[in-house]
Amino acid sequence: MITAKQMFQLRDTGGAVAISEEEAPLSKERILRSQGEEVGALGKMQVKDLRAWFGKTEIIKGVSLSVADKRVTAIIGPSGCGKSTFIRCLNRMHEVVPKAHVAGRVLLDGVDIYDRKIDPVKIRSRVGMVFQRPNPFPTMSIRENVLAGLKLNGVKVSRPDELVEQVLEQAALWGEVKDILNRSGASLSGGQQQRLCIARALALKPEILLMDEPCSALDPIATSRIEELIHSIGKVCTIVIVTHNMQQAARVSQYTAFFYMGELVEFNDTDILFTKPGNQRTEDYITGRFG
Amino acid sequence: MHQTRINHSKEVPKLELGEHHGKGGRNFGDGVFKWMSAVFAASAVFLLAAMVIQMTRASALSIQRFGFGFLVERDWNPVQEIFGAFPFVFGTVVSSVIALLLVIPIALGVAIFLSELAPGWLTKPLSLLVELLAAIPSIVYGLWGMFVLAPWLLKTVYPILTQTLGFLPLFQGVPQGNGRGMLAAGIVLAIMILPTVASVSRDVMASVPKGYREGVLALGATRWETIRVAVLPNVVSGIVGAIVLGFGRALGETMAVTMLIGNRAEISASLFAPAATIASMIANDYSGASDELYLSVLAELGLVLFAVTLILNIASKLLVWRVGRIPGAERSL
Amino acid sequence: MGVYQRRKFVDGVMRSWCILATLFAVIPLFSLLAYVLLKGVGGLNWSFFIELPKPVGELGGGIGNALLGSFVLLAIASIFGIPVGVFAGVYLSEFGANPFGKLVRFCADVMSGVPSILIGIFVYTLVVLPMRSPSAFAGGIALGILMLPTIIRTTEELIKLVPNSLREAGLALGMAKWRVILRVVLPAGMSGIATGVMLAIARAFGETAPLLFTAGSYPFWSVHLNKRISSLPVQIYEYAGSPYEEWHQQAWAAALVLVVMVLILNLAAKLLTSSRSHAR
Repeated sequence: MITAKQMFQLRDTGGAVAISEEEAPLSKERILRSQGEEVGALGKMQVKDLRAWFGKTEIIKGVSLSVADKRVTAIIGPSGCGKSTFIRCLNRMHEVVPKAHVAGRVLLDGVDIYDRKIDPVKIRSRVGMVFQRPNPFPTMSIRENVLAGLKLNGVKVSRPDELVEQVLEQAALWGEVKDILNRSGASLSGGQQQRLCIARALALKPEILLMDEPCSALDPIATSRIEELIHSIGKVCTIVIVTHNMQQAARVSQYTAFFYMGELVEFNDTDILFTKPGNQRTEDYITGRFG
Repeated sequence: MHQTRINHSKEVPKLELGEHHGKGGRNFGDGVFKWMSAVFAASAVFLLAAMVIQMTRASALSIQRFGFGFLVERDWNPVQEIFGAFPFVFGTVVSSVIALLLVIPIALGVAIFLSELAPGWLTKPLSLLVELLAAIPSIVYGLWGMFVLAPWLLKTVYPILTQTLGFLPLFQGVPQGNGRGMLAAGIVLAIMILPTVASVSRDVMASVPKGYREGVLALGATRWETIRVAVLPNVVSGIVGAIVLGFGRALGETMAVTMLIGNRAEISASLFAPAATIASMIANDYSGASDELYLSVLAELGLVLFAVTLILNIASKLLVWRVGRIPGAERSL
Repeated sequence: MGVYQRRKFVDGVMRSWCILATLFAVIPLFSLLAYVLLKGVGGLNWSFFIELPKPVGELGGGIGNALLGSFVLLAIASIFGIPVGVFAGVYLSEFGANPFGKLVRFCADVMSGVPSILIGIFVYTLVVLPMRSPSAFAGGIALGILMLPTIIRTTEELIKLVPNSLREAGLALGMAKWRVILRVVLPAGMSGIATGVMLAIARAFGETAPLLFTAGSYPFWSVHLNKRISSLPVQIYEYAGSPYEEWHQQAWAAALVLVVMVLILNLAAKLLTSSRSHAR
């Protein structure tokens, strides 16, 4: 296990992701956060005292945090700490599991997505999601996979071919699949399938994209391609990514939240959290003493 | 469950504890045991082969005399040795098709409900109920059909059908006084094959990985859209397999049909009219018929039924198996 | 908004269809159980179980001989069907990963789909014709053949669930494989075998069609293997087909007995497997 400092040296010297140019515009948020305030003005989504259960087991025990607009927020923590459950609460996917329920508020642009009048179907078309295991629709072609969400939501696309190209381009997949658009989505490699899933989510122009350990089933090369992709999409779209890989969080995110046993232990700018963690447990975790 | 089958004999240490096993005792015992159980296992193959042979032999006389052309001849008069079996083929197929038409929408609804929609506390008792429905003997369905279903059909359903759809020849004519006939048989068949079709369809739907559903849900799909996009396209062949299986069951179902179809070797456009099926004909006449040729004709009808159900069963098995091969299927079928 | 509302509407319609279909599907089951219970319970009394049928016109009478006949037939079927089925299942589970095993599995599956009336014809030509008369023996053989596929496949599936570590533990003690199977695997898989046997007996218990011309019927007490013998389902068939009201009543009562037995066997089999999977 390399230490956080070594990690940052690595990143600064030769990593695929350069962060220096990003640091300046973020400083205002950083000040706000270190004073312990919520970044309401800049936040795309505010989570307030969120609790989630499977049956009688409380998985998330009262978490509040704010997701910054057009930034990448990473959620890290040891397995079983509730990080996947947490982001599944952000587009109301947690409740589709039998016996699961949620309490608390999640504000998307100031509107509580758990309000009774809100249809989860509408929330899910605004907040996209990419899953641990790539799950392209096997009975659809690559092209149909990309357009699936639009078709479902009844959006008429005037030039579907252009849109498919644009979205696949955005997902860094166009070059590899432009000649095989009519082949089944299941015929691609794991990494390509995951990028197809990202494209499928992007086609709906989501306001937020949730990624639940999107690289955990992929090899290192596919992983680095997805990371590059996250980095480029993160400039135009709000991303929340769950990862058990701290280096990955450090490489792709601007903010990081550390979860432990269903609680939010620390939430801060990524480079602060990894270099000067404010909490002993965070430090233990990022230096590899447990987890 | 996947199990690695280990060839134990190679892994056992070659320690010979002479007292316990004697010379080569272990391998000898293993061999005997394996061969003995193999012989028992072979009985399944043997019995099936014997059935084919016996039924062919039993129908030899009839095959010689009539070949298979009598299946499409319409006149049936055993006393004068006129054997046209088309009325039975017709009755068998039509009653089973009625059953299928009735059962498909209901069984699929049940399967989708059980696999996708039912709240957790309801799934188990409902599935159990459906399975019990399958366990009730055919004779009991027949009894209930004779004394409850048929009178009710006669009093309530037939008049409504005549009034609303009476312009169709299907629903014309006067039903038998006891309500028995083609439609009654078709309905009881539908009730009987419903559990089979529903539970096989539910199983194939449940084998679709959760990830498929989540992928669609996360795009903002409604529950039904999720089923339509993520579940159904992956299990079409399995559902067809379930229906084919149900069809096979319906074709061969004997007791309840015999008790409800009216048993007359007639072909009528009206579904109210009595009819007969191959199975009901065999049930009624096989033991009574002392005439060798007649017995042989019935055996040949049985042989045809055997072949058809065999093909349907195999087809259904292959279709359901295909679903088990979708990437990441949750359990093998 | 139009699109969204239409989607919601379709969603509602399809969900309602599924719920209605499920409700609709359980109606016949409840109707059947209710009728069997209500109409049958009136005919039940002690003499119903132990007396012979009485001729038309005389009140009372029972199904004692049919009940005994069913047990005799099942006993014959079990003597033949259980050992063959269990050992075939053991073979498939322990040695069956070869083309022969596949063939056996396939044949067992095909056999379970053969209409039972055809098994009647098969046994008729094989046993009844040489013996010149329907008999308890022939009926028992027919039921035994019917039981085979269920026993084979259930035994195989449930014996396979016995953890491999148990097999290895036995082998590591220096036991021969056949001893491991008999002493370790079979006892551990006992509840699985019992499940298969119970399901098979439940199925055979209610079978009527193959008995019509293999066992026939006989209105007196009999345990003779080479004579006709009555059975519960055939008795129900004959009573139901008769024009007499009293006999219909007897048919309902007999059906109640049959349904209760079949359901108990099925539920017991279900409990056995579920308690097993909890234990593991």
